[in-house]
Amino acid sequence: MIALQNISKWYGDFQVLKDCSATVDKGQVVVVCGPSGSGKSTLIKCVNGLEAVQQGQIQVDGQEVTSKKTNLTALRSRIGMVFQHFELYPHMTVLENLCLAQEKVLKRSRDEAVSKAEMLIKRVGISEHINKHPSQLSGGQQQRVAIARSLAMDPIAMLFDEPTSALDPEMINEVLDVMVELAKEGMTMMVVTHEMGFAKKVADRVVFMDEGAIVENRPTDDFFGNPESDRARDFLSKILNH
Amino acid sequence: MNYNWNWAVLLEEEYLQWLISGLGWTVSVALCGWVIAMTVGCLVGVGRTVPNRWIRLVCTCYVELFRNIPLLVQMFIWYFAIPELVPDDIGRWMKRDMPNPEFVTAVVALGLYTASRVAEQVRAGIETVPVGLKSAATAHGLSTYQSYRYIQLPISFRLIVPPMTSEFLTVFKNSSLALTIGLLELTAQSQQIAEYTFQGFEAFTAATIIYVFIALIVTALMHLLERHTAIPGFVGKDS
Ligand SMILES: Nc1ncnc2c1ncn2[C@@H]1O[C@H](COP(=O)(O)OP(=O)(O)OP(=O)(O)O)[C@@H](O)[C@H]1O
Ligand SMILES: [Mg+2]
Repeated sequence: MIALQNISKWYGDFQVLKDCSATVDKGQVVVVCGPSGSGKSTLIKCVNGLEAVQQGQIQVDGQEVTSKKTNLTALRSRIGMVFQHFELYPHMTVLENLCLAQEKVLKRSRDEAVSKAEMLIKRVGISEHINKHPSQLSGGQQQRVAIARSLAMDPIAMLFDEPTSALDPEMINEVLDVMVELAKEGMTMMVVTHEMGFAKKVADRVVFMDEGAIVENRPTDDFFGNPESDRARDFLSKILNH
Repeated sequence: MNYNWNWAVLLEEEYLQWLISGLGWTVSVALCGWVIAMTVGCLVGVGRTVPNRWIRLVCTCYVELFRNIPLLVQMFIWYFAIPELVPDDIGRWMKRDMPNPEFVTAVVALGLYTASRVAEQVRAGIETVPVGLKSAATAHGLSTYQSYRYIQLPISFRLIVPPMTSEFLTVFKNSSLALTIGLLELTAQSQQIAEYTFQGFEAFTAATIIYVFIALIVTALMHLLERHTAIPGFVGKDS
């Protein structure tokens, strides 16, 4: 479903991504972890072309993200993305947040968009807030709205960039629950997170990055049971023991 | 002080008529100029933020040119120089046949000058919109145009209502410069009353009070607009 082949990216002289390759098959959940500044966000933003790469190829659902001929906006509309800071449109209600791209990009009718939005908002458990503005909701609620907003586009895959790291601890689980449920329904997911409990529960593979390179890319049990590199072992001991 | 106070002079029909007509021209120049300023200013302001560097360059040049030449000089250039510089036919038409040449020139000069200031506010507003929102819009498949239309512009317009209020007020004040090219707006009419009646103090007091009233009305209207468009709970806004 998602295939990264030898991608490299530079910011000026600084190489953020070094020859990274990875695949996410249909229905798989891949967790990406690694120390701060290792290039996780950059990597995941390359998947839907929010960031351009200078070398290598990226395919999503057989389409070449890196090719100029690809209609990127059309492809992006089929890939959901959830951000660390939610990025809900502050001037719109929850309902409008969910309807905008459905109507303007997918050209759904108003009724169709609204009923889809209502269904998804109910599913993430915030029906009573559907007419509020994002800033009137808690962080956890905002992130659930953001997930619902992506799901409204009927995505073929979902990208998550540290979806819980801006949340207060007591709100993390309400968001993770929604994500676990999604994973169990067979959604293809690429998730940057430090929530190792989530990774153990639903991830098929774990990708570990350090200094712009993919250091490990292995089945979840292998990664946790027997990390190959010192850096991954070091990282895990820090993150699991605090 | 040997000054003969005579406030009643302002109520004499002839002079009252002059004041009212002056007010009419002031409001007309300011409002028409504001329409041009908003239209051109929004386009240029957006143009300074788009990905295409040539559009950005042209818009930056516009702002630097119009913002840095004194308005009075611009008024003279439009009125005295431009008709000589354009092709003969158009120049002749501008000097002889164009209806209300002082009014039209004042509106164009004031509008295009104010547009450069509006453009800066619009650009600043757009740049204040968090980049993450733009990424979100792009990630959901919105085109650059749609992202401006539905996300960046609606948010930035709300953010810039207060500075725009002050630009709007400035348009009314700057419209008085139209007297230099012969438009009989409020300030010019007061000056004329002063010359005819020697009651300069009364005439300019009247003008001052009228300007203050305009300012109060504009401020009140913009405040209503601000309240009406405020985003509930959004940073920097009450309610
Ligand atoms: N626009 C940019 N210009 C220059 N350098 C950048 C830019 N964006 C990111 N970087 C650098 O690239 C590196 C990788 O950044 P990235 O955000 O991908 O890291 P990350 O793994 O997501 O870190 P974190 O866990 O803190 O989110 C960092 O060193 C960062 O400083
Ligand atoms: Mg990051």
